[in-house]
Amino acid sequence: MCLAIPGRIVTITDDGELTRRGRVDFSGIVREVNLAFVPEAAVGDYVIVHVGVALSVVDQREAERVFEYLREIDEVRELEADP
Amino acid sequence: MKFVDEFRDGTAARRYAHALARIITRPWTLMEVCGGQTHAILRFGLDALLPDGVRLIHGPGCPVCVTPLALIDKALALAARPNVTFCSFGDMLRVPGSAGDLQGVKAAGGDVRVVYSPLDAVRVAAALPDREVIFFAVGFETTAPANAMAVMHAAAQGLRNFSLLVAHVLVPPAMEAILASPRCRVQGFLAAGHVCTVMGYAAYEPIARAYRVPIVVTGFEPLDLLQGIYMCVRQLEAGRAEVENQYARSVRRQGNTGAQRMITEVFEVVPRAWRGIGEIPHSGLALRPQYAHFDAERRFRLTVPGAPEPEECISGLILQGVHAPPECAEFGRRCTPEHPLGAPMVSSEGACAAYYRFRRPAPEAAEEGRV
Repeated sequence: MCLAIPGRIVTITDDGELTRRGRVDFSGIVREVNLAFVPEAAVGDYVIVHVGVALSVVDQREAERVFEYLREIDEVRELEADP
Repeated sequence: MKFVDEFRDGTAARRYAHALARIITRPWTLMEVCGGQTHAILRFGLDALLPDGVRLIHGPGCPVCVTPLALIDKALALAARPNVTFCSFGDMLRVPGSAGDLQGVKAAGGDVRVVYSPLDAVRVAAALPDREVIFFAVGFETTAPANAMAVMHAAAQGLRNFSLLVAHVLVPPAMEAILASPRCRVQGFLAAGHVCTVMGYAAYEPIARAYRVPIVVTGFEPLDLLQGIYMCVRQLEAGRAEVENQYARSVRRQGNTGAQRMITEVFEVVPRAWRGIGEIPHSGLALRPQYAHFDAERRFRLTVPGAPEPEECISGLILQGVHAPPECAEFGRRCTPEHPLGAPMVSSEGACAAYYRFRRPAPEAAEEGRV
């Protein structure tokens, strides 16, 4: 039930405090999503959406950290193997 | 899908598994809290990729599974009323109450509707002013902002025919209940990334200190889970017990403060009974008195006789990680997704459903006792 998926904001159609919403593209499937909890989100941003409500803006820099972290631990191993 | 596909890369997954094998010196038992994580682990076979020393046990993070029988029975009683349109997430329709399920109420002519969002239920209420529209507000902290938002939308539109049957539960008190149990075997936690997207993770810091247990906020894709496991094992090997955040692309330490404000505006923290586990203090949300007219339990003054939990379902032990689903005598025999004895076999996040779907031995192999 805590399933939430990333999608890209295509348009913002309402900017009311409670009703802020827009159309969000989930790899070709476009749905209307409430954006009231991500007031900082703009068109083109990726948001994490749960039951029709966006809960966060995806931080692209942090997304790359998963791969950097892996490179770092692999490099440590190479250093250990070849002192 | 961007931010999904790249986190399923098989080569990177194997590199993480090898890295884990290099740092592990003794066996460790970790619990992934969220049922969505359990399903990803089994679906992608991550448990088979891990070195032998890492044991994963599955936590209580399935809201459908922990909703108490008494509330399911209330839902059935409400949904059967002729003037009620009962809206729910699809997962709840097959959860057995003490007599039948919501699917059965619908088949008998009840107006039971599956909605994608609680905001859709508000739209149903606006379109059907002569009917009482009730939404079954089940969920963890992840779902609480949407349910609070539904109440605010209904209030702003002046809707008098909309209410929630609230079954909200909170994760940190459940983690503490598991850690405080004498049967606890959990040495490290993978905390639920979307719960923390809403609530942040400061609340876990005192738990990590008090119980000397590392807690790593973790996402839901294979690489997220493998990195979360790696970070947790690295802490255990170093004798550390800290809160770390693997899922930083979505989770900030303070969480989503706007969503938290709306939850606090609409809901208050209450004790809540967890199905198969019992009552846990401060572990649920209920509507505040000023929103009482949106509370289906108060509005319809329901009294449903307390029914005992069926004895053949060991869901309480499954949800606390004491037993794995295949250890249940009824698993795959009398209990299947078509004929579930308990909620963990129904929900798309239930551990029993995950094992049934992804890890069920072929029937002939099971018959011969080879698996």
